[in-house]
Amino acid sequence: MRVSFRINGDPVAVDVEPRLHLADCLREVLSLTGTHLGCEHGACGACTVIVDGAAVRACLMLTVQAEGASVVTVEGLSSDGALNPLQTAFRKHHALQCGFCTPGMLTTAHALLTEEPDADADRIRSALSGNLCRCTGYIPIVDAVLEARAAYQKADKP
Amino acid sequence: MKPAPFDYQAPGTLREAIDLLASNPEAFVIAGGQSLMPLLAFRLATPSLLVDLRRLSGLGNIAVGDDGFRLGALVRWRDIEDDQRLVTAHPLLHAAVAHVAHYQIRNRGTVGGSLAHADPAAELPGVAVTCEGEITLFGPAGSRTVRAGDFFTGPLSTLRQPDEIVTELHLPKWPSGRRWAFRKYGRREGDFALAGILLFYDEDQRGALSNAHVGVIGACPRPHRLTRAEALLNGRGIDESLIRQAAVTAAEEVDPPDDLHADAAYRRGLVATLIERGLRAAAQQGSA
Repeated sequence: MRVSFRINGDPVAVDVEPRLHLADCLREVLSLTGTHLGCEHGACGACTVIVDGAAVRACLMLTVQAEGASVVTVEGLSSDGALNPLQTAFRKHHALQCGFCTPGMLTTAHALLTEEPDADADRIRSALSGNLCRCTGYIPIVDAVLEARAAYQKADKP
Repeated sequence: MKPAPFDYQAPGTLREAIDLLASNPEAFVIAGGQSLMPLLAFRLATPSLLVDLRRLSGLGNIAVGDDGFRLGALVRWRDIEDDQRLVTAHPLLHAAVAHVAHYQIRNRGTVGGSLAHADPAAELPGVAVTCEGEITLFGPAGSRTVRAGDFFTGPLSTLRQPDEIVTELHLPKWPSGRRWAFRKYGRREGDFALAGILLFYDEDQRGALSNAHVGVIGACPRPHRLTRAEALLNGRGIDESLIRQAAVTAAEEVDPPDDLHADAAYRRGLVATLIERGLRAAAQQGSA
C-alpha cells in the first residue's frame, strides 16, 4: 500500500505491506536506523518516535496508520550534526552507556519537555517508566532530563 | 515477532466499517492497536483484514452532562488525563486511567479498544463495571446497549459480535463529595495489575454508608463487583473494624487465577490489603 507522511519535516511516500510496523519502515525502508527495536511488542520503549507531537511506540503502530501524520525520529532532534540541549545533557551526565535505549529515551523526553517544560522528577520518571535501560540505573537519565528543562522553558517564551 | 500478512482498510463511515466486518468473518477492528499489535506480533491473532477506525469522526468526544459521562470509542487515555473537568467530575475514572500502562501507550490506546479487548487486569473495564456503566455497540442491525456488568464474559471475551464495533461508554452521574479509591498492585509501574480494586460509597449525615460499590481487576477472570463486601458496608459507619471485615470478605469473594506472575493465594492477599488501604483512604478524603 502507498502511504504518505512527513518524516523529520520532509514529505515521504513509501510502498509497504499493511503488516509492516512503523519502526521497521523507518529502519528498513527509509534507512533511518536511529530508531532501535528491542522487544517488538511494546514492552521496552526503545523504538519510541514522536507522531503528531505525541511519543508513541513505533512497533505498536502500523506504517499504514501513519498516513498524513508527522513523524519525528531521533535523527530529527538535532541538525547539522550538533547535539541538541537534551543530547548535550545526556552526554554530560553519562546518561548512556551502551546507547541502545538512548533514542527512545531522547524522543520520549523530548516529547514530554516540549509539552511540559516544567515536569518534575516524579513526572519524568513516570513518563520514562516505559523505557527500559540495562546500563545506567536511570538516575543519570533523570538528571539529564531535569537539566535539559531549561532549554525547553526558554524555547517556550516568545 | 512479525505479524502474519493481512489486508487493511480505513473506512470513512461506521456503516462501511460494519459492512467490511460483516463480509469478512476473519476481520479484526484496530483503533490505537496498543493491545492488538502485540497479539499480531506473537501471531496469537491472525486476521485476514484489519478495519482501522482512525478515519471515523464523532467517536473521539468526552461529554460531561446531566445524564452522566459519554466517552467515545476513539477517546485516548491521554484525552481523559488532559481533561481537567474529570479531575473533580469523575475522579475515579481520572485516577484509574493515569495507571494505564505507560506514557507512550496512553498516547494511542483507546476507550473502545480496551473495552473490546477485555483484559481482566485492565483499568477501564473495571471502572465501567464498578460504576454500572453501559457500553454501546453498533452492528449490522443498528446499535444496542449492554450493561458493562454483563458485557465482560471472561478473559479477552465479551458479548461483542465479530461484526459489531464498540462506539461509546456511558458512566452514570457522579455526585460531588462521593468517597472513592483506586488501588492497583503490579511489580513495576505500568505493569498489568496482579490485583486492583475500585470502590466508592456515599454517606448520610450520621455517617452511615450507602450505595457502596466495590470492583476488582487482575485477581479475576473478568472485572466484577464484590457484592458481599458491598452488602457488608451498606448501612454501617466506617471504622477500622468494618474496614478489616470488608477486606476479609472481599478476599473470600474473589476467584483469582494461579499463574506464573502470582499464585491465587497471593492475589487474594493483595485484594484484602488493597481494599483495606482503599477504604482507609476513602474515609479520610476531605478531612485532611
